[in-house]
Amino acid sequence: MTATDLQLDERGRLRHFLSIEGLSRELLVSIMDAAESFSSVTEQTVKKVPLLRGKTIVNLFFETSTRTRTTFELAAKRLSADVLNVNIATSATTKGESLLDTIRNIEAMHVDMFVVRHAQSGASHFIARHVAPHISVINAGDGRHAHPTQAMLDVYTIRKHKPDFQQLTVAIVGDILHSRVARSEIHALRILGVREIRAVGPRTLIPSDIGRMGVNIHHDLDSGLKDVDVVIMLRLQRERMSGGFIPSAHEYYACFGLTASRLALAKADAIVMHPGPINRGVEMDSKVADGCQSVILQQVTHGIAIRMAVLSMAMRLDTRMETP
Amino acid sequence: MNERILIRGGRVIDPAHGIDGVMDVCIAEGRIVGVGHHPDGFRPDRVVEANQHVVCPGFIDICARLREPGFEHKATIAGESLAAAAGGIVTICMPPDTYPVIDTPAVVQLIHDKAALTGRLRIVPIGALTRGLKGQDLSEMSALRQTGCRAVGNAHAPVATTLVLRRALEYAASHDLLVVVRPEDPDLADQGCVHEGPVGTRMGLRGIPQAAETVAVAQVLALIEHTGARVHFAQLSSARAMRSITRAQEKGFPVTADVAAHQLHLTDTAIEGFDALCHVRPPLRGLLDRDSLREGVRDGVIRAICSDHQPHEPDAKLDAFPATEPGMAALQTLLPLSLKLVEEGVMSLSRAIAALTCGPATIMRLEGGDLQSGAVADVCVFDPNAKWTVNEQTWHSSGRNTPFWGTTLEGRVTHTLWAGRLVFPNPESVS
Repeated sequence: MTATDLQLDERGRLRHFLSIEGLSRELLVSIMDAAESFSSVTEQTVKKVPLLRGKTIVNLFFETSTRTRTTFELAAKRLSADVLNVNIATSATTKGESLLDTIRNIEAMHVDMFVVRHAQSGASHFIARHVAPHISVINAGDGRHAHPTQAMLDVYTIRKHKPDFQQLTVAIVGDILHSRVARSEIHALRILGVREIRAVGPRTLIPSDIGRMGVNIHHDLDSGLKDVDVVIMLRLQRERMSGGFIPSAHEYYACFGLTASRLALAKADAIVMHPGPINRGVEMDSKVADGCQSVILQQVTHGIAIRMAVLSMAMRLDTRMETP
Repeated sequence: MNERILIRGGRVIDPAHGIDGVMDVCIAEGRIVGVGHHPDGFRPDRVVEANQHVVCPGFIDICARLREPGFEHKATIAGESLAAAAGGIVTICMPPDTYPVIDTPAVVQLIHDKAALTGRLRIVPIGALTRGLKGQDLSEMSALRQTGCRAVGNAHAPVATTLVLRRALEYAASHDLLVVVRPEDPDLADQGCVHEGPVGTRMGLRGIPQAAETVAVAQVLALIEHTGARVHFAQLSSARAMRSITRAQEKGFPVTADVAAHQLHLTDTAIEGFDALCHVRPPLRGLLDRDSLREGVRDGVIRAICSDHQPHEPDAKLDAFPATEPGMAALQTLLPLSLKLVEEGVMSLSRAIAALTCGPATIMRLEGGDLQSGAVADVCVFDPNAKWTVNEQTWHSSGRNTPFWGTTLEGRVTHTLWAGRLVFPNPESVS
């Protein structure tokens, strides 16, 4: 069964949200449109709609996360769902329980949806294939494979600033090898018809086969940034900064750190994005991170609306209903 | 027990002797007593009608794990011997990664005893190259040889340093033991679980580069020049490694190779959708690799096709892809997958059968693998055109971890004779 078959129902609606790969442009646009309608909710004094009242959503985090977990939690609560946070990094699996047993146990508590973060690629697919039919699975990041809601909030943020995707050149800079965010972004940007996607970084962090996903590879930041409309900087994990993949954070910053002068190579109105958390002085200069071209905090805000959209769509609720 | 058996009117293919023709095969006292002629006064107790069937030597599977001792929750020798017989396999070479490891004569004896109890299978245990497969200290190879080991190897476990490898090769050579090497540089493999290529990259699965195999092959080839060891490269997966081995053979190096049957058909695209049943080690690689391996078998560089049988309990495959255990249960798919190569025009039927019989026999210096008069009567009779579906009724291995489950394959074993005894189908159930 392909991933696409798994995540769509017979009418082409979201059943699970596991991967951007294989989804249609229409579906991505409808997620963004739904997010648009939810964004007003988060600006009201009473930040709640009753769409998921009576539903129970379980945040199953096998890997630690702050931003993704809290924004999923907020999104669920603003939809009036009951939310259970299970931090399995410190729970049952460390006692030897299998992934399937963990799922079966929580399933037995009559829940409606799993939001899953796991260190292994394919974990969400595995869970989606084995859960009871009424449960939806939302992938909140699996290994290096996919982080589809992050990609959706990124393209949603891009659309807010630059609505014509066909005209855009997007540079994704940094550790693409280990990045589920990059893989999902590449799928999303390709589906939305972006003119050019560039992968920028040293050879140790850019798998050569990534070119087959339809991106152009640059090993030089200056050429990679030339005339781009959007710069997406990726996080570099601390454990990869000390000799394994790059000699030092210092040298990485010298070669691939985004500074104001380098950003000047991009188009004058280019936006700067980062999935967070930022290593200031490693991936980018604080002046850029906090500068007028940065939309990094907007990404966080948009994350809530996107996740509200995905949660409600995966419950197969009509998101076009009037929100108060 | 010593039935006289006549296998009548089949197409006899014995690649070791260049025989391919319709004729009878006569068996008595556990041995072949006539091919193409009946010995004087031969009166069979049993007649096997083999019209439209192929009659060939019983198959020698150069790599299959039967999980005993130590992993009986996955499979047992007794249970898997049924699957072997149903697959036409009479002899199995078993890697040393049992528990305890095959590094003492006692374990070798235990396996021989268990095999003898089945009465339908010969097991050739491959001894450990290093004690406990830990890659540090040499195993007691002389003792292993005296209990009947013909080969030593380190299975999937790495050898700690090139110095240990050099000495292990030297020591094995001094006892005239074949060294079986599954070539994979552990550092380059780096916890990978799939082929490093476009599919694995897109799916975000850690890759094992081809270089992990080519580097390991090059290292061993360089050491062969020093040590004079005979080396067999097991379960090749890449075109580049195969080219290195081709060149080494042209230079006269004593090196041989085998390939797992699934590597000749499946490629890395089979893992799409995170199909853990296609999680194997070495990983399924690209189309070019697959086609090169096919040419290798056709041209004789790779002399054996093995099952690389690795039965698992269901739980072993129930997890996120990288966390599942690699390997397929494959004893009964060995013949159909080999025949598929003939069907697809890759090689002749005789060549495919050679890779299951005299090829592995020559590599391991085993008796059998041919049908000449006086040889042990290990015989497989199969219908090359019979279709069968892999399901509960047809599958005998306790491991159901095959991506071919539910599919229909062509080529079905109808009779297996082991040392002159009908071991498949169960003789009690046939007249």
